[in-house]
Amino acid sequence: MAEWETIKPENKALGWFEERLPILSLVHNVVGPGTPTPRNLNYWWNFGSLAGLMLVIQILSGVVLAMHYTPDTAVAFDSVERIVRDVNYGWLLRPMHANGASFFFIAVYIHILRGLYYGSYKAPREVLWMLGLVIFLLMMATAFMGYVLPWGQMSYWGATVITNLFSAIPFVGEDIRTLLWGGFSVDNPTLKRFFSLHFLLPFVIFGVVILHIWAKKVSDSGNPLGIEVKSGADQIPFHPYYTIKDAFGMGVFFLIFAYFIFFAPDALGHPDNYIPANSMVTPDSIVPEWYFLPFYAILRSITFDIGIPGTDITFISAKLLGVIAMFASILLLFALPWLDTSKVRSARFRPTYRWFFWFLVADLVLLTIVGGRKPEGIYPLLGLLGTAYYFAHFLVIMPILGFKEKTLPLPESIANPVVKAAE
Amino acid sequence: MSTKEQTIHGEDGATRRDMLHTTAAVTAGVGGILALWPFVDQMNPAADTLALATVEVDLSSIGEGEAIIVKWQGKPIFIRHRTATEIAEARAVTMDQLIDKETDEERIHAGHEQWLIMIGICTHLGCVPLGTKDGDEKGEYGGWFCPCHGSHYDTAGRIRKGPAPRNLDLPDYAFVSDTRIKIG
Amino acid sequence: MTMKFTKNIAVALIAIAGVAGAASASSKADKEPIKQVWSFEGVTGKYDQAAVQRGWQVYQQVCSACHSLKYFKFRNLAGMGYEDDMIKAFAKEYEVAGEPDDAGDETVRAALPQDTFPAPFPNENAARASNGGALPPDLSLIVKARHDGANYVYSLLTGYSDAPAGRDIAEGKSYNGYFKGGQIGMASPLSEGIIDYEGGMPATQEQMARDVVQFLMYVAEPKLEDRKHMGFSVMLFLLAMTIIFYLSMKKIWKPVKEGKNFYED
Repeated sequence: MAEWETIKPENKALGWFEERLPILSLVHNVVGPGTPTPRNLNYWWNFGSLAGLMLVIQILSGVVLAMHYTPDTAVAFDSVERIVRDVNYGWLLRPMHANGASFFFIAVYIHILRGLYYGSYKAPREVLWMLGLVIFLLMMATAFMGYVLPWGQMSYWGATVITNLFSAIPFVGEDIRTLLWGGFSVDNPTLKRFFSLHFLLPFVIFGVVILHIWAKKVSDSGNPLGIEVKSGADQIPFHPYYTIKDAFGMGVFFLIFAYFIFFAPDALGHPDNYIPANSMVTPDSIVPEWYFLPFYAILRSITFDIGIPGTDITFISAKLLGVIAMFASILLLFALPWLDTSKVRSARFRPTYRWFFWFLVADLVLLTIVGGRKPEGIYPLLGLLGTAYYFAHFLVIMPILGFKEKTLPLPESIANPVVKAAE
Repeated sequence: MSTKEQTIHGEDGATRRDMLHTTAAVTAGVGGILALWPFVDQMNPAADTLALATVEVDLSSIGEGEAIIVKWQGKPIFIRHRTATEIAEARAVTMDQLIDKETDEERIHAGHEQWLIMIGICTHLGCVPLGTKDGDEKGEYGGWFCPCHGSHYDTAGRIRKGPAPRNLDLPDYAFVSDTRIKIG
Repeated sequence: MTMKFTKNIAVALIAIAGVAGAASASSKADKEPIKQVWSFEGVTGKYDQAAVQRGWQVYQQVCSACHSLKYFKFRNLAGMGYEDDMIKAFAKEYEVAGEPDDAGDETVRAALPQDTFPAPFPNENAARASNGGALPPDLSLIVKARHDGANYVYSLLTGYSDAPAGRDIAEGKSYNGYFKGGQIGMASPLSEGIIDYEGGMPATQEQMARDVVQFLMYVAEPKLEDRKHMGFSVMLFLLAMTIIFYLSMKKIWKPVKEGKNFYED
């Protein structure tokens, strides 16, 4: 952690305030001119600030939509239509929020993949990584509950399917499900509590983001070379260098985001969610939002019980196993700093890991495709293979690779990225 | 190192360099402010609310001496078809008798003297005065009487006695035809 | 290396984006909707006002007998190019429920611009009872609630045919290859010349289907033109801003690229 510099504003009133609450010093030392940052961060490092920006956009647009939305099964759908049709700029704010969720996930997924590629989770950044995963889990919960609010067919049936997962838990599953529902099916009490929590959780995320940035401040940013900062020559001030770079990245990201809001607002949604929820009619296929598809695929790929072969004795039912697999697929990432046994952080110097990394990305794409298809034909098998690789990647390949892999020689320093051995 | 810095400044020129960054900051600022407008404007009345901002009322069914209350923007509107006597009474009043000095002519539309159209909210503390329905107490001046604190209004809706500071307020309205008005 | 990374990510993103669309295309109908060109598509798309107005005529005279339009208010006619007094006149032809009278009995009154277009049936059961058990869906959002909605509605309305050999069609149902399952409760609604267009346009089945799709798209999204219009300005602004940011970034970073050191030691 770089030395903490204290700001002493010349303006008397500001100085008075700063003495009592050193907010300028905070900005100065965390994202300001007094924040030494590796000079070699590439564009993949833009996605952290982009994710933060998306959180702010989601909170702003969400608070505003909540001024008009009514969480009641009788009128929830109508109130959303009223927003889009009658509320000033409602036609803009609603797609901004709906597509904003997708773009928040895009930013976060790239941010996570960047971490995986460059080994950002490795010591001393384990807590930074785990806080990020907490944010990710909270985001998933928030997004899921938010998707229920418009009370369309997909909202209703998505909520039904996901809450039913909890009934797989032995002994208390049914009771937990009833508790979640507040009734005997997804209904008015469910909608109201989902709205309440959907409003609350983003602020919890905001709090964890502050911890995440704090942890970043303590351990300093990683960098594409994955080597430690050795001298001042390796670093440049965060402001103005990375603020302007983040601003440029924001411009590019917003161009794509704006294209979706204005010219393809429904492209990432599902037409069935324009049909009001009907507990008597199930849609042809229940598909979650795209950002949940890999996990949904993992959930559905487990179709076998675990028990004693040849008997009726079952230890873990397929349903429970699917649920465990889905949650485990995220939870195991908490152990990644220790599952990865390599001494080298960046995939740049890990030629074999690089291959596996891209294989993992391809695997996630495959799982996304499988999650969006009906479980027919080849898809269940592809899903099972994809799931198997996902777990093997983290639980088998990562630990072994650390010992077996022949890594490339590391450069001398960030400022002088010449390979030592080559001299 | 010092030479290097000099070269940079020499090449760019301080003013041109500042101009570009200022433009960038100003553009971002302007964009941010413009983007905020939808977040503010959404609080203004929505289209469905605005659609109820004007009300048309058919007057043909209100007989002489009768009155009705219609709802407009959530407020009661008094519409009274005044008799010739009531009009005469209102016009006989001299200015020195009034608390809030307004002539009867100022409170009606010329050519439609019989129609008195007012917002039915007492200017004292916002109660709805009596005097519209049959059998209501009309107060000492034959107009309206506010039971909350005893304000008496005359047949032009002017405050004559009691705590109210002003005459009953008038809404914006126009005669679409002789028997039809549009309020708002 | 970075190039390869970028390329791979791009491929992955495109694949993910494609899935959302592919995932929803799984409903079972015999035929895929016919592709039509619509004026409201594309970045500069606009409604064809004359077609929307004709479609409104088709809806009033044909569809409204069975299908409600619960999010459509008479005042929305303003966006279709009608003046205030015409809208009032349109509304006046319909009756809606008024406030209870002094005796508490229900009343009816002429519709006003702020009123919703009246539904043909008082409730779902009445609608089913009059339609052989099938429920005519509300049409306010039909174009958005179906995959490839505009083409789907057009294809459905023009796609009635004899059932393929060996396919049993129940009494009172019709065969339509674009409809999920093939059996539809609605008989072919648009027969040639069923309405007289006000402008004298020949009322062919295709013409009426195209017009009513324009109208239903307008009903589904009255703000479509605002959206695209504003989107154009926003994109231009963002593009200019991004370019300025880029130039500013290049200038700011120049000393860093030239190897300037900011910290001692």
